[in-house]
Amino acid sequence: MNASDLAIDVKNLVTHYGTRKILDGISFQARQGEIMVIMGGSGSGKSTLLRHLLGLHQPTSGSISLLGKDITQLSADAMYDLRKNMGVAFQGGALFNSMTVGENVELPLREHTRLDENTMRIMSRMKLEVVHLAGFENLMPSELSGGMIKRAALARAIVMDPRLLFFDEPSAGLDPVVSAELDELILILRDAMNMTIVVVTHELESAFKIADRITVLDQGRILMSDTVAAVRASDNERIQSLLNRTPRNEAINPDEYMERLTREIF
Amino acid sequence: MPDPLTSFVALVGQRSLQAVREVGYHAALLVEAFYWLLFGRWRRQPVRLSAVFKEAVGVGVNAIPIVALASFAVGMMLAIQGIYTLRTFGAEGQVVLGISLSVTREFAPLITGIFVAGRSGSAIAARIGTMQISQEIDALRVIGINPVRYLVAPLLAAMLLTLPALTILSDLIALFGGALYCAGELSLPMGIFFDRSFEVLVADDVIHGVLKSFIFAVIITLIGTANGFNVSAGAEGVGQATTRSVVLGCIGIILADMVFTFLMSR
Repeated sequence: MNASDLAIDVKNLVTHYGTRKILDGISFQARQGEIMVIMGGSGSGKSTLLRHLLGLHQPTSGSISLLGKDITQLSADAMYDLRKNMGVAFQGGALFNSMTVGENVELPLREHTRLDENTMRIMSRMKLEVVHLAGFENLMPSELSGGMIKRAALARAIVMDPRLLFFDEPSAGLDPVVSAELDELILILRDAMNMTIVVVTHELESAFKIADRITVLDQGRILMSDTVAAVRASDNERIQSLLNRTPRNEAINPDEYMERLTREIF
Repeated sequence: MPDPLTSFVALVGQRSLQAVREVGYHAALLVEAFYWLLFGRWRRQPVRLSAVFKEAVGVGVNAIPIVALASFAVGMMLAIQGIYTLRTFGAEGQVVLGISLSVTREFAPLITGIFVAGRSGSAIAARIGTMQISQEIDALRVIGINPVRYLVAPLLAAMLLTLPALTILSDLIALFGGALYCAGELSLPMGIFFDRSFEVLVADDVIHGVLKSFIFAVIITLIGTANGFNVSAGAEGVGQATTRSVVLGCIGIILADMVFTFLMSR
């Protein structure tokens, strides 16, 4: 794999929340134009990993290269330029509640370009067409349904035609039909715009449908990062229990158990 | 079992650390807000005039009725108390001097500051706090919009513009309230009241009050925004932040007023 083909290259990422270690020695790569799904149960550290990929936190150690630039070393100005090539759709949409849907989608254009008002409006309408929200630009975010909010957030994320798109839990809280439509949309975006797309999810079905490759996280470590077929075929116990939805059956250590119960009781 | 003295000392230490950290956070916020106001244009992130005016309407123009009503009442109250007190010396005529000086140097800036802190301090904290928990602040950052530049700087500019203006308005209305009472109680024509009032007042008195209002503007903005940014625990956190920003804002204003008056009157 040629280094210049890599859209994302994470090496030995270690992060802490307070004194608690959240991510431990994470390394994975994503090529240009592929859909990388980051999968894992609740508390596996996948949201933390996403926040680090977005440059919202400074890691304890390790490096994160996006489009060939190490964002842990980047100056504020260089990061500002890089952000024009990144789009993010947050789990809850994170649309600005004081603005209409149209103004939300236009905001990145307004901040990063000097286009005139009409051009911006046309461009934002084009993206709303892509996510099947044409005609909704004058509504406020509070007037939209859950699925519409996610699609509007997606429209805002792709309005600058980014080379990297991050999507946090696209199917969380949506009915199966709407979430299948979102999956379809993600595939279309990759094919039509050649974006590298990182999707964070815990939905197996959706992950297998859209992913080119899957990275499985568990308790802050990577279990594997490979193609869909390889993940399906894996004989790793934790991956299998994630795939088969079997509950964790870890043996309890009696001493540790007692220690947890009696901790900080004086 | 930890002995009570040790835990008391530890508590004092933690609280002090917390307080120092908070003061540092406010100072950093102030410096950054001024930085974006002055140099944002060269960093390709200008503070937009339209945003400043929008905030100015919200925190300034819309506060006119309540500030006017309060100032009128304070002016009248000062006249009532002044005449009552001065009557013991048979010096009711000096009431104009008392009202004029205390209104311009003390009451107008203080009343304006406290009302704006109550009205806007809580609104600012609630708005930014809600944006924080719905990931809108993160969304701003990943779009490449500095939250301080976008949310704090326009607000600071608007406060610095409108609070002094409101203070001068409050000066006039409080004097009017005082004049109205004197006209009834002392049969002192209002024209004469204002003539005498402008005779005793020098520019310094009014400037003294206006300078205070600049300080109050900074205090209200910083306490409101800092409490908003530090919200982490959902709806309850937003509630706490709004309460805190009003209480701390009012206390901050009164303490700053005391220090400023002490330093300037020596």
